Amino acid sequence: MSAKQAVYTPPIGLRLKALAGKIAFWFSVFVIVSPAILIFLWMLSLAFKTEVENMAFPPVFIPSAPTFANFIKVFEASPFALYTLNSVIVSVSSTAIALLVGVPAGYGIAKARASGLAVLILISRMTPGLSYLIPLFILFRFLGLTGTLWPIIITHLVITLPIVVWIMIGYYEDLHPELEEAALCDGANLWQGFWYVALPLSRPGIVVASILAFIFSWNNFIFGVVLAGRETRTLPVAVYNVLTFEQVSWGPLAAAALIVTLPVLILTVFVQREIVSGLAAGGVKGG
Amino acid sequence: MAIEAQSVGGEISETKPTVVGGRAYARRGRYMRFVVPALIVILAVIVFPWFFTIWMSVHDWQITQTQTFTGLDNYLSLLSDQRFLESIVHTLYFTVLAVILPVIFGVFSAVIFHQRFPWRGVLRAVFIMPMMATPVAVALVWTMMFHPQLGVLNYLLTSIGLPEQLWVYDQATVIPSLVMVEVWHWTPLVMLIVLGGLAALPTEPYESALIDGASQWQMFWHITLPLVMPFIMVAIIIRTIDALKAFDTIFVITQGGPGTASETINIYLYLQAFSFYNIGHASAVVVVFFVLIVILSLLLLYVRQRTLWAVSR
Repeated sequence: MSAKQAVYTPPIGLRLKALAGKIAFWFSVFVIVSPAILIFLWMLSLAFKTEVENMAFPPVFIPSAPTFANFIKVFEASPFALYTLNSVIVSVSSTAIALLVGVPAGYGIAKARASGLAVLILISRMTPGLSYLIPLFILFRFLGLTGTLWPIIITHLVITLPIVVWIMIGYYEDLHPELEEAALCDGANLWQGFWYVALPLSRPGIVVASILAFIFSWNNFIFGVVLAGRETRTLPVAVYNVLTFEQVSWGPLAAAALIVTLPVLILTVFVQREIVSGLAAGGVKGG
Repeated sequence: MAIEAQSVGGEISETKPTVVGGRAYARRGRYMRFVVPALIVILAVIVFPWFFTIWMSVHDWQITQTQTFTGLDNYLSLLSDQRFLESIVHTLYFTVLAVILPVIFGVFSAVIFHQRFPWRGVLRAVFIMPMMATPVAVALVWTMMFHPQLGVLNYLLTSIGLPEQLWVYDQATVIPSLVMVEVWHWTPLVMLIVLGGLAALPTEPYESALIDGASQWQMFWHITLPLVMPFIMVAIIIRTIDALKAFDTIFVITQGGPGTASETINIYLYLQAFSFYNIGHASAVVVVFFVLIVILSLLLLYVRQRTLWAVSR
C-alpha cells in the first residue's frame, strides 16, 4: 500500500481494503491447494466405498458405511504382499547401491572439479527411460537374468545414481574444505579425509539424496512394466495390471492405488523440508 | 545484485572462486579415484545402452532373428512413416501446453507461498504431494474421474451448468485432458524452483520502489519477474525435458488412443519395441528422439544465457 493512499483514505476504508486483500489472498491459497488435496480425498473415498456407491450417479462423496472389502479383494485377487516386498527390495537395493558408489563419486567430482562428468550425469537425466530399456532388455536376456529382480534393480540405478551424484556434488561444493585440509596436513590420506571428515559432515545431504532416490525408484513404472515377470512385479506394475484384468471395478482399483502411493505421501509430509531443499537445488527427477 | 541472482541460478560448479595452488591442482586429479566405481556403473547402465542403441539402429533387427547391417534404412523409413510423424506433432502439442501452463500456475503459487501466513508449512507439504505421488496410482484415479457417464468431472461440470465432455475418449480433447493431469502433477516442481529464486531476491529494489510509490503489481512486473527470470528459465528447461519424455500417465490413461490421437513419440517407441519387437526401427526412433530433446534443451539453454546477460546488464 502506498503512502499516498494512507493520506487520502479514511481509516475504515483502509481496513476494508486490508480485509478484501486478506480474503483474496486466502481465496488464492484455497484455489491452488484444493486440487492437490481433492484428488487424494477422492482416491480415499473410492477405496472405502462399496461397489454400489462407487457406481452411483450423482457420485457419493462420503462413504455411508466405510468398508475394507476393496483392500481384502486386492490381496485375494493377486499376490499383492509379494509385490509389496518386491518393491521394497528393489527400491532399497537400488538406493543403497547408488549411495555406495554415488556419494564418493559426488565427492570426487566436486573436489576434482570434473564438470565433464557432471554434464554426463545431466545428459543421462535428459534421456528418456525407454531408450535405456531396449539395449538393457537384450543384455539381460543374453545374461539369463530375466525372471529375477536383478534386471529391475540394475535399471533403477539409471534413476537413483544420477539423483545421488547430482545432489552430493552440490553438497560437497558448498562444504568448507578447511577441516579436510587440516586432516590431510596431519598425515591422513585422501580416503581417510573423506571417510572421517567429509562423510560425517555431509549426512544431511545423504539423507536428502536417499529420500529422493527411494521415492523416484518406488514410483517408477516404465522399467518394471517391460522387465518384470509374474513373480517379479513391483507395485506400480501390479496396480496397472489390476486395471487390465478387472472389468470396471473401481473400489479395488482405488484401494490398490492407495496402497502404492500412501507410503510416499506419508514420507512426503514428514520430510517435506528435506524434499524441498533437494528438489529446489536442481529439480532432479528420474525416468 | 543482478550478478548474485545469476550465480544462484547457475547449476554446475565453477561458481565458487577458490585459490588453487600448484600442489592442490595436482591433488585434484587424485580425487578422480573416488569416481571410479560410479563410472563403471555409469558406463554399464547408461553409456553402453547409448552406443548399443546407435549400433542397433543401423541394423535390421527383429528379436528372434539374426541381424543384418542396413545402414540408414531404419532412419529413412521413419521419414515416410505417417504414424511416427504424427506422433511428433502430438508430442510437440502436448509439450507446449504441459510447459506453459505449469509455469504460469507455478510462478503464481510461488508468489503466494513466498508470503508469510499461518499453516504455510503444512499447506506447502499438501501442495507438493501430487509431485511425489506414484504417477500410475494417480493416473488410475484420473481415469475414473474422466469416465463420461460415471466420472466425477462430468458431474461437477453439469452441476455448474456446463455441457458434459468426453475427455480422453474424444480425439479432439484427449491431449488437453492429459495435459490437465500433467499440470496437476508437475506445477509443484515449478513452484519449488521459483520459490528458491524468490528466497534469494535482494530487498533494496523494493525499498526504493516503495519510496517512489510503486504499486504491488508494478513491483511484481518490473522487479520480481525480471530477477527470478533465470529460475523460471530453469523450470522451463526441466519441464520441457520432462514433458517430452512423459510416459506413465499417457500410457495408463489412454495407451495412445483413441485411435492414435494421443500417441506421443515415447508411446510409439514403446509399441514398436515391446509390442512389435521392431528393435532396429525402435532404436532409430530413440536416436531421433534423443537428438530432438538435446536440440530443444540447447535452444532453451541458449535463451537462458541470453536472459542472464540481459538481466545482469
